[in-house]
Amino acid sequence: MEIRRERLGGVPDGAGASGVSTGASGSGAGDAGADTESAGGESALGAGSAAAAIDGEALRVRRLNSRQLLRGGDLEGRTPPASMDGADLERYVQERVLTTTLEKAAAWARSNSFFPATFGLACCAIEMMSIVAARVDVARFGFEAFRASPRQADLLILSGRVSIKMAPVVRRIYDQMLEPKWAISMGACCSSMGVFNNYALVPSDKFMPVDVHVPGCPPRPEALMHGILKLRKMVQDDPDMGWRERYGAIGTEETLPSA
Amino acid sequence: MPDATGLELIAQELRETGHGVLDTLFFRDRASIVVDPADIRSALAHLRGRGYAFLASVHGVDYHPVEPRLGVLYELLDMTRVDRLTVKLRVASQAPEVESVTPDWPTANHQEREIYDMFGVVFRGHPDLRRILMPEDYEGHPQRRDFPIGGEPVIFTHNDLARNDPAAREGVRG
Amino acid sequence: MSPEEPTAGAAATLSAYRRREESITLAPLHEPLPASAGADEASHELLTLNMGPHHPATHGVLRLLVTLQGEVVREIKPIIGYVHTGIEKTAEDKSYWKVIPVVERMDYLAYYFNSMAYIGAVETLLEVTVPARAQYLRVIHMELNRIMSHLVWLGTSALDLGAISMFWYCFRERETILDLFEYSSGQRMHTRYFQVGGVIEDIPAGWAQKLRRFIKLMPTRAEQYGDLLNRNEIVLQRLRGTCPLDAASLLALGVTGPLLRAAGTPWDLRKAAPYCRYEDFHFKIPVGTVGDNYDRYAVRLAEIHESVKIIEQALDGLPEGPHITEDRKVALPPRHELATSMEALIHHFKLVTEGFRVPPGEVYFPIESPRGELGCFVRSDGSSKPARVHMRDPSFVNLQAFSKMAEGSYLADLIATLAMLDPVLGGIDR
Repeated sequence: MEIRRERLGGVPDGAGASGVSTGASGSGAGDAGADTESAGGESALGAGSAAAAIDGEALRVRRLNSRQLLRGGDLEGRTPPASMDGADLERYVQERVLTTTLEKAAAWARSNSFFPATFGLACCAIEMMSIVAARVDVARFGFEAFRASPRQADLLILSGRVSIKMAPVVRRIYDQMLEPKWAISMGACCSSMGVFNNYALVPSDKFMPVDVHVPGCPPRPEALMHGILKLRKMVQDDPDMGWRERYGAIGTEETLPSA
Repeated sequence: MPDATGLELIAQELRETGHGVLDTLFFRDRASIVVDPADIRSALAHLRGRGYAFLASVHGVDYHPVEPRLGVLYELLDMTRVDRLTVKLRVASQAPEVESVTPDWPTANHQEREIYDMFGVVFRGHPDLRRILMPEDYEGHPQRRDFPIGGEPVIFTHNDLARNDPAAREGVRG
Repeated sequence: MSPEEPTAGAAATLSAYRRREESITLAPLHEPLPASAGADEASHELLTLNMGPHHPATHGVLRLLVTLQGEVVREIKPIIGYVHTGIEKTAEDKSYWKVIPVVERMDYLAYYFNSMAYIGAVETLLEVTVPARAQYLRVIHMELNRIMSHLVWLGTSALDLGAISMFWYCFRERETILDLFEYSSGQRMHTRYFQVGGVIEDIPAGWAQKLRRFIKLMPTRAEQYGDLLNRNEIVLQRLRGTCPLDAASLLALGVTGPLLRAAGTPWDLRKAAPYCRYEDFHFKIPVGTVGDNYDRYAVRLAEIHESVKIIEQALDGLPEGPHITEDRKVALPPRHELATSMEALIHHFKLVTEGFRVPPGEVYFPIESPRGELGCFVRSDGSSKPARVHMRDPSFVNLQAFSKMAEGSYLADLIATLAMLDPVLGGIDR
């Protein structure tokens, strides 16, 4: 790529900044460097007084090039952005600046700030408490704000066995949560019936939509963390998951009776 | 535990004071007395006077198919001599009524409710006899031997009816 | 109560907000309720509040119907059953060996104790002798579990009181203990390490060293927790003198464990009726004096120290020998025998498919769990499956004392008492 170099009238090329700029542009298009340099050097002394015709654009080019160099920018093989144009400039900027759509931004924000609801039922709740503890620290991911009220929570981690007496209560809590909301079924007992396949338990899929099932009895804290991170990935990659359509969960919002 | 002789002496005392003692059993160094269900409250009061002042556990057993089918066991403990004694009674499932010992032994409150819930034994005189573990409107007494264990069937390939038919899948609606 | 009239001279020096105070009347906002004939005046002001099964401070899915008069608790009705799992019914459906993991999940903080109670009952029915090494290993694991249960109790109770940092400290120690459990059995929780006749595997190489490091570490840490909480002004205000209950009421209600010991009765089944070689160890039983919440807290904290002593003695005196009974009709033969011995192969087959048969009988086997007397009643009818398994869970019985403890005190004391009661809903509901 040809670098346009304008020899400013009257300014000696050998001196300070211009010397630097020619050096930079010389490296960009190395083959022409020697000729112009020597040509500039020759006429430097001769046209000292004719400084009227200063090309503003060339000055700007030089200034940006020098800034690029000072920033430790690429000296070899890459074109400084100040002299790029068109498609190259766009690609160059896209590589460095994050552009996104609004949904992606919202999905990123939502996935990095789940507010789990404190919903421990049985043994899995102890391992869920372990992820809040220091070894598997859920605060690293931003999920340490466990909210007691379902109105303020958006992630329901069903940890433990759901008995038939508790199932309507769980459903009610899930309905009270505001959208968007997700549910993780932690452990074998709520995903399937687990160790206890009997009259007293209900698998959680029967009464509420669940996004991630984490197997284990109880799952290690690392396993639960893996499940939560899978959920985070789900939320990030596909923000409009269509979960209501997928699970046929239209109409799960809580409607208060008109008093 | 009282040894075998001590057990027989206790049983003799109970008989002499008018309680119906149906059987004594000394098994694996543990002493148990089977009493007539009608005398349970006074028998326990008598044993309390003899030192067994702590009622550790009240639990039920289903001896199905042997009638009388429903058993209630009272585990007594004498803390000063570290002595344990089991008092058993059996009622038929057609008329499962026993007098409650809760007025004398407050610890039996929740435990008798659990026996009512799980076995269906009705405790006369209990201050608040209702289901404790199952929902209030549940029908049936789950711990009886002829109550089915329930649960979800494990879905294998041969009984997965919804494999190619999503409409048949029992899922979440609404 | 009317505000004092400021003097003329003082009025000049009153600041703006003090002058605003004069305009506030401190008369009651409403007229006192008229006393209707025959009705209890207090009943006008009773409020029944539902602390629902989903509540951050109820230590599980416990539902409390609390009747309040202002801030004072008048009556508490606990409603349980929200995590009822039908464990006892499931146990009747499985062979004796397979009941162990089912029963372990009952009181989910004391899984070694659940399995010990059940296995003790089955071993009594079978009349098998457990080798000494297995008994010592059982004691070590049970005392580690006791420490772990008390640590979780301390972390969550301090969380309820507001001392939130304690949660992280206690769970840090808990992770060390769970590492030891994982080292010896492969699982952090519900390890099914105890089997009928002994333990499933001998401890691996390096486990004893890791345990020694833990023994050196734990008393220091427990002292640090004591230093943080024992003289803390807020802890004292909330726990000292709140909700005491005397030993006679506790005994009438069937309460055992640290609650009874806090009230002054030195009753501990490890000392009174030793099982599993507890008589070989020297340890003390911490006993409280008043029976209030502070004593309950102090008793459990002291029990951690005693448990460390027991573990150290058990580790020092760990005898050599088999880790499970040699009776091949009850315990699986070691795997290398299967290649050479036909009888071992047949025993293995019978044990794995059908399981061992237990002679008919009924046995009640009580042990001391972190919450009190945990008893297991097993009835066998001669087949390979138990006919009835019932766990007398201490939390289930201790919960009956809760209303007597907390009635007449404030709502905040109710929360503190519930924390000090240490209920585990898995054991309550089974």
